[in-house]
Amino acid sequence: MSDAPERELRISKIRNGTVIDHITGGQALNVLAVLGIDGDEGVGVSIGMNVPSDKLGTKDVVKVEDRELSQGEVDVLSLLAPEATVNIVREFEVVDKKRVERPEHVVGLLTCPNHNCITNADEPVESAFEVVDDGVRCEFCGEIVREDIGDHLAVH
Amino acid sequence: MRHDHLLSAGQLTREDIEAVLDRAADLAADPGAVSDRYADTLLALCFFEPSTRTKMSFDTAIQRLGGDTVDMGTVESSSVKKGESLADTVRVIEGYADGIVLRHPSEGAAKLASQFVDVPVVNAGDGAGQHPSQTLLDLYTIRERAGLDDLTIGIMGDLKYGRTVHSLAAALTNFDARMHFISPESLRLPRGVQFDLHDAGARLREHTDLDEVLGELDVLYVTRIQRERFPDENEYQQIAGEYQIDAETLERARDDLTVMHPLPRVDEIAPDVDATEHAAYFAQAHNGVPVRMALLDGLLGDGDDGGAGGGAAATDGGESR
Repeated sequence: MSDAPERELRISKIRNGTVIDHITGGQALNVLAVLGIDGDEGVGVSIGMNVPSDKLGTKDVVKVEDRELSQGEVDVLSLLAPEATVNIVREFEVVDKKRVERPEHVVGLLTCPNHNCITNADEPVESAFEVVDDGVRCEFCGEIVREDIGDHLAVH
Repeated sequence: MRHDHLLSAGQLTREDIEAVLDRAADLAADPGAVSDRYADTLLALCFFEPSTRTKMSFDTAIQRLGGDTVDMGTVESSSVKKGESLADTVRVIEGYADGIVLRHPSEGAAKLASQFVDVPVVNAGDGAGQHPSQTLLDLYTIRERAGLDDLTIGIMGDLKYGRTVHSLAAALTNFDARMHFISPESLRLPRGVQFDLHDAGARLREHTDLDEVLGELDVLYVTRIQRERFPDENEYQQIAGEYQIDAETLERARDDLTVMHPLPRVDEIAPDVDATEHAAYFAQAHNGVPVRMALLDGLLGDGDDGGAGGGAAATDGGESR
């Protein structure tokens, strides 16, 4: 039996919403955290994790029903899933493919891993990170985060 | 170029730095020329950590300019002890003073403060982050002793937590200096600082042994290896001893080597170095006053003449505000 029918069974097609494909394996839950989706919204969410992928070896797939991501949301995804593809679906048809581009800054999304950074004190300020070549950099203390960016999500 | 705040050395261009240093040299030569220039100006000293040299030299600097200070006092005696945020503290103090000099134990504190006030904020040390006004007086001292061009400088000690080191290294990228960083492996430069240096095209090398480079240096900038950074006292003792210098050590250096230290020192520079021609650290500390006068002149001025550095250099010392 080939893999294809089995994969189709894992995640069914959606009528309207967003399909985020080619997410780095294991990052699907972090992607949902970035999007602020925790299930309380009442929208249908399908998640495939560590699905076989020709391109990535294994990948995650997220389908969010009745919600279309903005370009800003898509850009932020690039930090966690630089290879992701985002398709906007209406009436079972892909009507828009959004490109994932790295933003120059991300605000309020990540916590700084430097415990002595002022953004980790009880101050009325949002974290701010500059996106650099191979990671992000705190705009307050200069700390660089290269690996496991998802571990520093402020929206967990 | 005008800056509203001085938060990090990385924001300073070569022109900014040279303007402040030139102005500082003028002020050092004739401090009386500006004795009433800022007669109605109050500078707030907000030191959330202990300080002797930085606090007193800013206090002296503004008084030499004719102004005065309001002092938050110690954390224990302020509302900070009641849990007030830094953002609230500086917003209150903004109403009292024309500028804020801030020292704080958290990295990024000065940047945060600058986002909540309209008066100039000077970062007087933020945790292990930056100490840019110290850097200006360091550069002033280096320029006096060795010049800023074609400089080979060794920076030794606690490079990981040493904010004076982080600021100095950033500023030196404006001058294409050859930088040698000497430290234990555990106290190497942080990634963020290295990132900036490489990004600026700095020529730098890292060492664990001073003798690898001592003979090449024009300047050796020594910092204290802090005992409290080591969980194991034995490890501290073993490491610290390797980064101490004395007169005998300097016999292997060039005769014109300048030895600097932001102070306070503990035992990393032996007292027998004080009497040698190499020692510049007390003069370095004294230079804090004219340099901070020049810096404040640029930041507190009305901006017509350019602000930090540019304004300081272009402003006639006898001119009223």
